Amino acid sequence: MYQYDKFDHQILAERNAQFRGQVERRLRGELTEEEFRPLRLMNGLYLQLHAYMLRVAIPYGVLSSAQLRQLAMIARKYDRDYGHFTTRQNIQYNWIKLEEMPDLLEDLAKVEMHAIQTSGNCIRNISTDQFAGVARDELEDPRPYAEILRQWSTFHPEFSYLPRKFKIALTGAERDRAAIYFHDMAYRLVKNDAGEIGFQVIVGGGMGRTPIVGKVIKDFIPKRHLLSYSESVMRVYNGYGRRDNIYKARIKILVQELGIEEFRRQVDADYELNMSRSLDLEDSEIERMKAFFAPPAYRALPEGDAAVTALLADSKPFRMWHDRNVTAHKVPGYSIVTISLKPKGVAPGDATTDQMYAIADLSDEYSLGTLRTTYKQNLVLTDVETSRLPELWERLKTLGVATATVDTLTDIIACPGLDYCSLANARSIPVAQRLIDRFDDLDFVHDLGELRLNISGCINACGHHHAGNIGILGVDKKGEEFYQVTLGGSPEDDASIGKIMGPAFSEDDIVPAIEKVIEVFVAKREPDERFIDCYRRIGMEPFKERVYADH
Amino acid sequence: MRIIKQREIVEDDWQRVEDGAALPEGKIIVSLSRWKAEREALIGRRNSGLGIQLAAGEHADDIAADLDNFEVVALSFPSFRDGRAYTTARLLRGHYGFKGELRATGDVLRDQIFFMHRVGFDAFEVKEGRSIEDALKAFDDFKVTYQPSADEGQPLWRRRG
Ligand code: SF4
Repeated sequence: MYQYDKFDHQILAERNAQFRGQVERRLRGELTEEEFRPLRLMNGLYLQLHAYMLRVAIPYGVLSSAQLRQLAMIARKYDRDYGHFTTRQNIQYNWIKLEEMPDLLEDLAKVEMHAIQTSGNCIRNISTDQFAGVARDELEDPRPYAEILRQWSTFHPEFSYLPRKFKIALTGAERDRAAIYFHDMAYRLVKNDAGEIGFQVIVGGGMGRTPIVGKVIKDFIPKRHLLSYSESVMRVYNGYGRRDNIYKARIKILVQELGIEEFRRQVDADYELNMSRSLDLEDSEIERMKAFFAPPAYRALPEGDAAVTALLADSKPFRMWHDRNVTAHKVPGYSIVTISLKPKGVAPGDATTDQMYAIADLSDEYSLGTLRTTYKQNLVLTDVETSRLPELWERLKTLGVATATVDTLTDIIACPGLDYCSLANARSIPVAQRLIDRFDDLDFVHDLGELRLNISGCINACGHHHAGNIGILGVDKKGEEFYQVTLGGSPEDDASIGKIMGPAFSEDDIVPAIEKVIEVFVAKREPDERFIDCYRRIGMEPFKERVYADH
Repeated sequence: MRIIKQREIVEDDWQRVEDGAALPEGKIIVSLSRWKAEREALIGRRNSGLGIQLAAGEHADDIAADLDNFEVVALSFPSFRDGRAYTTARLLRGHYGFKGELRATGDVLRDQIFFMHRVGFDAFEVKEGRSIEDALKAFDDFKVTYQPSADEGQPLWRRRG
């Protein structure tokens, strides 16, 4: 992974010194809360319902075991012994004391981590495919380009006070695992007719109040133009994005109002000015970045493993875990393992200090010391020798992170909701937990196949409910928590936005409503059909009829 | 009024003229609409010092063809959160080659001055009630930067050495 040099360290040290000064001015009363607010937000520090919440960046979801240990240490020293992995591949701490923040940031800096641009109207932490570099369907590893973008976007003087936040995703794979159509801007590595690898560029996707599927602005740009082209997109957005209404300030609204052709024309016109050509990447810089992400020295191993094959035949629990949580690796004899942070009784995405320490150890023992976070709020060990899967599975079970539900109904994405978030209309976590409890028959859940259920506590959609096959949105009905259900969203290649099924449900009725949705699916489904395909085939009516029959 | 100019605190010798007010003697800054309405008369004032103020929604192309007439271009930050003027400044310096004074006005605070300086502002009307001496320290907040901008031609990767 990327290693800081003296310059990166210096920038971080200067930033931490600056923030320490700002905190001191606040504590001395020289800054009012109103003045301090935007400054702390630039460093990922939110004031929540009960305490400060800190969001720490995990750049493009890549984490070393040493970094995870430090995150565990921070959870113990500064928080209540747990952290929450977010839908931006970041981690949040919920119980932070302002006066301890400067020291906390220095502890983070020791492992080359920070909270820079994890909030505010700037370019946020960049996300990627969690299987980047090890996926079988990958044309090229996107991580070097994610790091190039990270550096370019860090303290960008022109683009730090944008109309609204700006989220970028990258993938190099055929299958979109990074929800690229739901980002402000996204890059996909593609090959053109001449056989050259470059980027397809997508803009104007997003969730929130007005969910929009992104549009292709360029079928192909050469790799060297990654930053110079990005600058032109940003410049048009910064100059012309709406600032009169916070709900219309994302780039998606600008693209929608201008139309993609006109937006493209304006970006091209800016590009023609050649103002950012010094940002054109030379091959040597691309190679230098790639070297940081070079594949490790894999051992020459046979593809299969007899003991694993035997256990797959003998042990149903192992087989179920293997089916859902293990993914084929590009190198024979290796496997990718997803660690589920969705066990019963826990908020989706939460991990305790002890779990983090233990997972860091497992990463050293089984996966060359690296990990990934996923926007679906799980963790990944990327480089596990297939023959060692059975022992790893045992170890994960002991830790309570081997729930065999990845990408099924109970692999729920949920935002923090009203338990923590001051913007929430309703709680998300208890609904997720009740659904996980209700659907705890693994056979049944596996039979349902791939199914995405996402929950947001308000229209800001941090829980990606629009992109869930089943989406649940917390709404406020005369001061009471209600839940609106959407069907038909899809986060990835066949991206679509869910449609509202009908009137919202009370806290008591929401789980039974989801039960009925599932009943309809089971009744109408063709063999092995995915929920999303079934919905697209039969439409909303059958679901609606059944769910609202008794109302 | 004291302002920061070229990283020093100086007494401002420019006067802002309201639309409709009579033109005083000396160096004056007028609005874009006044410039458009009274172009010829104002060109006559060029030698005694003419500057223009752009509001946040007004863009660099609005004055691109006329830039030679202005010693000062002042760009407004109605709120420090409104970052449009960063792009205007960058275009004026980087594309249109404006060499005169680029002045930040409005909600100009210590914590944004470093970025303003990077995109090409060299004069700052620090918001009333804020310490201008304190604001002066902002130029030293960072010594290393990743991106090229008006102050630096090359990205860090060509300077890492
Ligand atoms: S979706 Fe709403 S409730 Fe949930 S975290 Fe985001 S802002 Fe808070």
